[in-house]
Amino acid sequence: MTRSAAVRTDAPFAGLWDARPAPREPLWLSKLRRQARTTFEAEGLPAAGNEDWRQTSVQPLASIPFEPPPAVEAEAGILDGHPWPDVTAIRIALVDGRVAPALSRRDGLAPGVRVESLAEAITSSGAAIEPHLGRVASVKGHPFAALNTALFEDGVVVSVAAGAVAPPIHVLHQTSAHRRPVALLPRVLIVAEAGARVTVVESFASTGDQLALTSAVTEIVVGENAQVDHVKVQAESDAAWHVAAIAGRVARHGRLASHNVSWGAKLARNDIGAVLEGEGASCHLYGLYLVDGARHVDNHTWLDHAKAHCPSWEMYKGILAGASRAVFNGRIIVREGAQKTDAKQSNKNLILSDGGVVYTRPQLEIYANDVRCTHGATIGRLDEAALFYLRSRGLSARAARDLLIHAFADDVLAKIPHEGTRAAVGAALFARLARDLEG
Amino acid sequence: MSLLEIKNLHASVGGNAILKGVDLTVAAGEVHAIMGPNGSGKSTLAQVLAGRESYEVTEGSVTYDGHDLLDLDPEDRARAGVFLAFQYPVEIPGVSNVYFLRAALNAVRSQRGEDELDPIDFLAYVREKLKVVEMDESFLQRSVNEGFSGGEKKRNEIFQMAVLDPKLAILDETDSGLDIDALKIVAAGVNAMRDPKRSMIVVTHYQRLLEYIVPDRVHVLADGKIVRSGDKSLALELEKKGYAWLEEGVAR
Repeated sequence: MTRSAAVRTDAPFAGLWDARPAPREPLWLSKLRRQARTTFEAEGLPAAGNEDWRQTSVQPLASIPFEPPPAVEAEAGILDGHPWPDVTAIRIALVDGRVAPALSRRDGLAPGVRVESLAEAITSSGAAIEPHLGRVASVKGHPFAALNTALFEDGVVVSVAAGAVAPPIHVLHQTSAHRRPVALLPRVLIVAEAGARVTVVESFASTGDQLALTSAVTEIVVGENAQVDHVKVQAESDAAWHVAAIAGRVARHGRLASHNVSWGAKLARNDIGAVLEGEGASCHLYGLYLVDGARHVDNHTWLDHAKAHCPSWEMYKGILAGASRAVFNGRIIVREGAQKTDAKQSNKNLILSDGGVVYTRPQLEIYANDVRCTHGATIGRLDEAALFYLRSRGLSARAARDLLIHAFADDVLAKIPHEGTRAAVGAALFARLARDLEG
Repeated sequence: MSLLEIKNLHASVGGNAILKGVDLTVAAGEVHAIMGPNGSGKSTLAQVLAGRESYEVTEGSVTYDGHDLLDLDPEDRARAGVFLAFQYPVEIPGVSNVYFLRAALNAVRSQRGEDELDPIDFLAYVREKLKVVEMDESFLQRSVNEGFSGGEKKRNEIFQMAVLDPKLAILDETDSGLDIDALKIVAAGVNAMRDPKRSMIVVTHYQRLLEYIVPDRVHVLADGKIVRSGDKSLALELEKKGYAWLEEGVAR
């Protein structure tokens, strides 16, 4: 086998490209991977001049010798460190990016609902995967999505047949402790056929505090009249780098809601959005981020209004402590002919320290003339008058502060559809917040 | 015995002296009115007593129920029985009245050595208090003051006062922005809480409120000092002659 030496030694993630054995895969997948690799090699890691990565530097990743995680049997206790391993009856666990069947629970799934390993599904039912995988999340301009597409080993497929209603499904991602830096490339595909309904909760956490990279891609296909709620919670270790693309396609009268909660990782970047490709399709994007210390979070959202009569709502809220930084970029594209588009976007930030910095930017590209698009951003501190009001009624300074922060976050938390998840996420978030503020 | 004793109180905000030597003694069970023109320092006095940190006390002392009041944080004053009904109640979106009140009441109760009320007992307790200000139970589930009319906000203040059962209530321009019907409801609520063990300081610009809440003593604050004190007839005299009459008096 010949390889071009130029790509090998100096290229970012050389250790990942080199390690990958050539698996026996269907042709369509090999082709997809080749295209992704070509894209990655052409584009490289985003450099300082890249507008989409202006405030978020990922260049340090180029010099970290990441390896694929060694394939070992997952330890039984590995999920003990997960913030909420048991909120739903149905659970599929990925340890270091690979499905761990012994840690998963899939009994009693209704007919028409499938929750399985992506690697297995490609082998056993590739024809059902092929029309969707790699067709929702673009690799062009998204080098991390390209990396994932070229090299993912495993992941999860959730598919819900026409008209079926699935129970809430928890896709749990756990990074285990390694002595050397590992890169995880989990891939998730969610397909809801016409009229189907499903809630999928993805959570990311780490065992230990070592340097690791997660570069995840989730693709969501929402059929006509179908409804998908996607919840993502990122609670990885303070030494982790987390980059994720979540992309949806929503058909006529379909509904997609994304809930993106983030408080982990040294640096976290999410590219989240959907194409509304049928009339009456709708999308909600909710986000809540908490950062402290020198941590950095970047949410780049996008909504592509391709057809007429599609509403979208977007609300991202951030809480910053320490010398942390948060980036929000909200892109809304209204295509020619997408009349009666109704898009609302808001980004609100609460800064609890003197050192926090927020970069927030709406990015509207409108090519239709009968549309309504609104956007707004705020950056503020806790209201001193409100704090005094609460304290004057007997609440301690800390209780008053916590009450105001809870109220700020609740707009987003309250929208999480599954009650057990909502309660667990809220409790873990506020425990984390207490840690941040009490040092 | 006096519940509150203010001596030579000086306070400033942003370097500007507002209070310039206030002396005031309020005995247990008494209702005192503080009147005065705009900018005389009435609201500053109310906020200083409640512990607002943006006001700096530069001189003087305040003794409350045997404690040095100025030494206490706002929440400790509240727990010790001081209550300020705000002139401009603050809107707190996302926090329900009932949650807020239960947290406040339990903070105050724990200071008194009483057990926390569970949600069921609490609800029974606040339902009684709602009647004091003729408020509907739906108030409880609304966010604190959010979207309330001016009258609703003021009634909510008096409702909170009824729930927290303070020893010293300071009402800061509770009459401002109220129509006559709302004023009567608020005044009736306040009168229902008059008690030999509770003192009140009623801060107002107008004599109108004092027709409904009849004070034991009336003080006039002008340019940061109490310039005249008397019984309720002083309020009537002020109504007739206006504040200019007093300010001239100060000037002489």
